[in-house]
Formats: sequence, structure tokens, C-alpha cells
Amino acid sequence: MSVLDSTTTILASGVRLTVPLAFAACGEYIAERAGTMNISVEAMMLGAAFTSIATASATGSATVGLVAGVVTGLLLGFVHGNFSHRAQINTFVVGLVLNALVLGLTSYLITTNEFVSHQVHMLSIPLLQDIPLIGKPLFSERWPAFLLLALIPLTWWLVERSRWGLELRAVGENPQAADVTGIKVNMRRRQALLWCGALAGLGGAYLAVGEVGSFNQNMTAGRGYIVIAAVIFGAWRLGRTMLGCLVFGLSDAMRLALPALGVTLNAQLLVAAPYLLALLAMLLFTTQHREPGALGRPFERGST
Amino acid sequence: MSAASLTSGDEIARRFLARLRPGPGGWIATGLTVVLVAVAAGASALLLLLTGGSPSASAAAIWTGSLADATGWTTTLLNAAPLLLVAVGACICASAGTFNIGQEGQVLIGGLAGAWVGLRLALPGPMLVVMVLIAAAVGGGAWAALSALMLRLRGVNVPVSTLLMTFLAIQLVTFAVSTPWLQESAQGSSGIADAASNPLPANARLAGFGQYPSVQLNVGLFIALVAAVGVALVLSRSRWGFRVRMLGLNPLTAKHTGVRVAALGGFTLALSGAFAGLAGGLLLVSPVGTNRLQAGLSDNFGWDGLLVALVARNRPLVAIPVSLVFAVLRAGGDFLSATGVPYYLVDVVKALLVLAFVAPPVLIDLFSRRRGATPQAAPDMSVVPTKVKAAA
Repeated sequence: MSVLDSTTTILASGVRLTVPLAFAACGEYIAERAGTMNISVEAMMLGAAFTSIATASATGSATVGLVAGVVTGLLLGFVHGNFSHRAQINTFVVGLVLNALVLGLTSYLITTNEFVSHQVHMLSIPLLQDIPLIGKPLFSERWPAFLLLALIPLTWWLVERSRWGLELRAVGENPQAADVTGIKVNMRRRQALLWCGALAGLGGAYLAVGEVGSFNQNMTAGRGYIVIAAVIFGAWRLGRTMLGCLVFGLSDAMRLALPALGVTLNAQLLVAAPYLLALLAMLLFTTQHREPGALGRPFERGST
Repeated sequence: MSAASLTSGDEIARRFLARLRPGPGGWIATGLTVVLVAVAAGASALLLLLTGGSPSASAAAIWTGSLADATGWTTTLLNAAPLLLVAVGACICASAGTFNIGQEGQVLIGGLAGAWVGLRLALPGPMLVVMVLIAAAVGGGAWAALSALMLRLRGVNVPVSTLLMTFLAIQLVTFAVSTPWLQESAQGSSGIADAASNPLPANARLAGFGQYPSVQLNVGLFIALVAAVGVALVLSRSRWGFRVRMLGLNPLTAKHTGVRVAALGGFTLALSGAFAGLAGGLLLVSPVGTNRLQAGLSDNFGWDGLLVALVARNRPLVAIPVSLVFAVLRAGGDFLSATGVPYYLVDVVKALLVLAFVAPPVLIDLFSRRRGATPQAAPDMSVVPTKVKAAA
């Protein structure tokens, strides 16, 4: 295998590993801008991955499975939103419990059920896919991957240019001030979590019915936490968050590919890289006030 | 309250029940909890029925594996000790208003430090076990102290940093067990390094301390119980405990009354890590384990211990029975999986149980606010401020 070929292979697998992260990171980005440190993104991805395969297996259509995944994510976002931004249960508690619940439930159901594997079809852009080196990795993918091309700009526009996004950022930055100006703080946060759920669900479903075609126990294997790391690494800016996803996706691909190429590199270091980079990023960025001011803090009228 | 009044068994029981008793209007919460626990049990039974299992047979299997005989009790108590230690640690820092969710990693690092010391020091008899446990507590504490340091120096969100540090810990341990640090004979006959450290010397194993009547009690449980009672007393009776609770309830007040907020918050975080690390040390020197360090050593004890603290609403004494319930589920789950029902069922039950205990007070608070009544005091754990520093 030539160097060019192997580079293309690693790139292709890196991009494939990046896509689910990127979907979920768009969602997590919105949730965190609104001030929710949403750790149940792992549950959203895992739950969606499971229901997408289960639904695809029942209906025979991978696309319906994809939709079911999004609905699952929405549902979990709804649950998380109402628990932490209506009932005011600590958002980390809700996230931990949801993660444990979904992991247990999907693990239980996958060992007690048999599902037929389903996969959405490939979409290759003519001409562009023939570009050497980057053609195959970027322009020949399972079709939902191309939704990213619309979703990333949409997310950016929503947060940075729409009125809803302005209010969202206000809610994440200073909920007391936002409340005084008449913004319904907790409602905005719940809406952000719905978005987060839908997008994380899409990411999880893409992982299952897109790339793999089946579900196995703890399929996401901590990808949700990598998404959180990516948003932190991206200093709560969308572009850098996406870059973070790409870096983490590629490092994962390297970890899988390097042994085959005869290169010995510390696998644990590559697995740990996202978390390490996120921690370093937090250490660097916190003094630059990049972090939403009220990140992870609940809002109740009358409290400080 | 003098220590003498504690000698009366009735008094202890009365106070214990008083702790369990909810505050004013809390009987509704208790009722709601009972209903929700029933719902959780019903949902789990339904899940079993839908997947072709038998709820009664599964419940019987959990009973058989955990409480039916001496073997079951022994396993249950072995599970309870690390759970209780982790939970007690979580109670301390949650009382101070810091939310540590990285116990799983701190357990592992405790195991790593313990294994490192255990493989290096050649101490006679029980000295080695003691040193291993001390090293484990120091290791776990140091790992959590890193998060405290990040909060102190750069204001990094504690739940997030402890969570991320957990994944670092898993990789660090996976790496460490394959290196000469912990594996003298690094290569097996197949040329592939084992994914576990060398076994610790034979005297680095915690002996059971007697059969009562035929249940093997373990020293770990004793340590955990002492820790739970001790922490409960210190938190509720000592000046230091008062400062800790004040810090958790209102950091600003604490600051103005002269509490060194950052130092105390950081110390409680490190202390909670030390308890988790000690739990890791116990797992390492467990009388039934392999006495080797591996990435699977923590086996969800960190996560489960955190759930125990949540159910107990950060009260160390309440954590004792709760950790027993969780230990029953763990021990029973192992037996259950031998009967063909996946262990994961127990994970579902655990998560539902936590929801059933966490939800009622906040739901009642929510509805009373809806009705326009004066809001009750904030529930113990539901609005734990995540940033001590921000308020300081």
C-alpha cells in the first residue's frame, strides 16, 4: 500500500469517525451556550443509536431508523430539560442518571433482542470524489453525513445571528440580566436542550444506521464525553469546536490504523488526547472569559 | 450533645430515624418516594416481561445471590464497603457545595498508587496492607486535588474537570499496568503483555475478620462503617463540619465569617477523592479479588457510590443502608446473570431507583411554587452550586 493510499484510508476513517461527533457537538455547543453543561449527550447518542437500529429492523427502512434516533434524542432532551430547568434538579445529577439508565437499558435490550442490520446508502458526489487524497474521504459518504453541510451553518446562524440565539447567549452568560429583560431563561435552556437532543440523536443514529449498520453494547463508548471535550477545546466557538471534532476523529483513526502500518505509538495517549486537550484548553481559556458565564449553574428567580 | 448520650441504643436509633424523617410537609415526599419506587419496580418487571423474562424468578435470583445465605451475605458486604466509602466521600464535598463526579477515576488512581507501593515495599505482615491502603487514599486524594487546584488557579468547573480526569485515569492505569512500573515480567509467553499488574505479595491481602455466624465479615466494611459514622459526626458536630456545611449552603456568608473558602472547598474535594482512592485500595487488597491492578478494577464502584450518595441526599449515615441496597443489587445481579438474565437489568433498576429518590422533594417544591405557596427551603442536594469560586 502506497503512502498516498494509506493516508487516504486514515483520512477516510477519520472523517467517518468525526461525523457523529460533529453532529452531537453542534447540539452540545447550543446547550452549553445556553448555560447547560449537558453530560447526558452520551445518553442521547447511545439511546438514539439503539432506537435507530431497533426501528430500522422493525420497519425495514434505515431512514425511518434515523428519524427514530432523532426522536429519541429529542425525548431525552425533553426529559433532561424538564428535570434540570423546570424541576431544578442539578444538571449533572440528571445527566449521570440518564447516562446510567440509557446504558443499562440499551445493554439489556440488545442482549435480549435480535435485530436485522440496516444501513443507509452511500452518496458519492461525482467528479469531486475523484480528487486524489481527499476526494474519497470527503465526498463519498453515507448520505446523512452531508446534512452536516447544512446543519453547521444553520447552528451558527441560529446562535450568532437570530434573535433566539441572542437570547440564548444572554441566558448562558447572565441569566439574571436576561430574566430582567423578559427572556424566559429556563424555557430557552429547555429549548436549547431539545436542539441538543435532536442533533446528538442524529449523531448517534448516524453511528448506528450510517457507519456500522448494527448496534452493540455501549456502542458510543464515551463519544458523548469526547463531544463535551470538543466543545471545551473549541472554547465555546462553533468553528473551533468542529475543528476539535476533526482532530479527535483523526486521532481515533490513527489509533486504529497505526498498528496495521507497523508504527508503534502509545495507544492510551491517543485515547486520552481529547480529555487531555480539553483540560488544557480549560486551563488556558478560563481567564479569557470564553466560557459562558453561567455554564452549569441553575437559574431560579430570586437566587443569585 | 455529649458523647455519653450516644451510648444509648434507643437514642442512636431515634436520631437515626430523625435523620430519615423528612422535614415539614415531607410526608408527601416520603409517600411520593414510595410510589415512585413501586413504579420503578413495576417498570423493571414490565421490562422483564416484555423481553420474555420472569420478574418473580429474577427477584428470587437477586435474593439468592445476595441475602439468602452466608455466601450471599459475604458477597453483599464485600460490595457494600467500597460503595459506602465512595459515597461518604461524595457526601463530604457535596456538603461543602462542590460536586465531584470523578470517583470512578479516583478509585482507579487509588488502586494504582496502592499497587505501586504494594509491589515495591517489602513490609512484614499486615504492615503492607496498611501501607497499600494509605497510599491508595493519598493517590485518590491527589488526583482529586488536581481538580481542586484547577478550580483554584483557573476557575475550572469542578464537575467537568473531575469527569474528564476520570477518562485520563482509565487510560493512565491501562498504560501503567503494561509497563515495568507494575509488571516486572512484562511479557507473557505469548509475547503480549498482560493487561494487569503483577499480583501483590500474599500478605497484601485483607483477611476477613471472623465468621458471624458463618458470614465472612471483611475489614473493609469495618473501615467504611467507621468512616461513615465518623464523617457524619464530624460534619454535624465539629466546628470544621459546621464551616463545611456553611460553605455548602452559602459560600458568601462563609467567606464573610472568615472561612477560607477556596482552601476548605479544595480540601473537601481532595478528601472525597481520598475516600474514593481508599475504596480502590480495598478492591485491590480484597480477600476475593485477583490482587492485581487492572483497568477494570473500579468496576463501576465509583459511579455506583456516587449514586448511593445521591439517593442518601449526602447524609453519610443514610448512605449505610443505601449502600447495602446497592450492594444487594450488585451481588444479586451477578447471580442473576448466571441464570441467563443480563446483568444490565440491575443497572436499569439502580438508575430508576435513583430517580425515584431524587425526584420527590424537587417535584413537591415545584408544585408548591406553582400553587403560589411560599417556597420551602431548597432541597439538600438539588441546587448544589457548582462553582465555589464564582460566588467567592
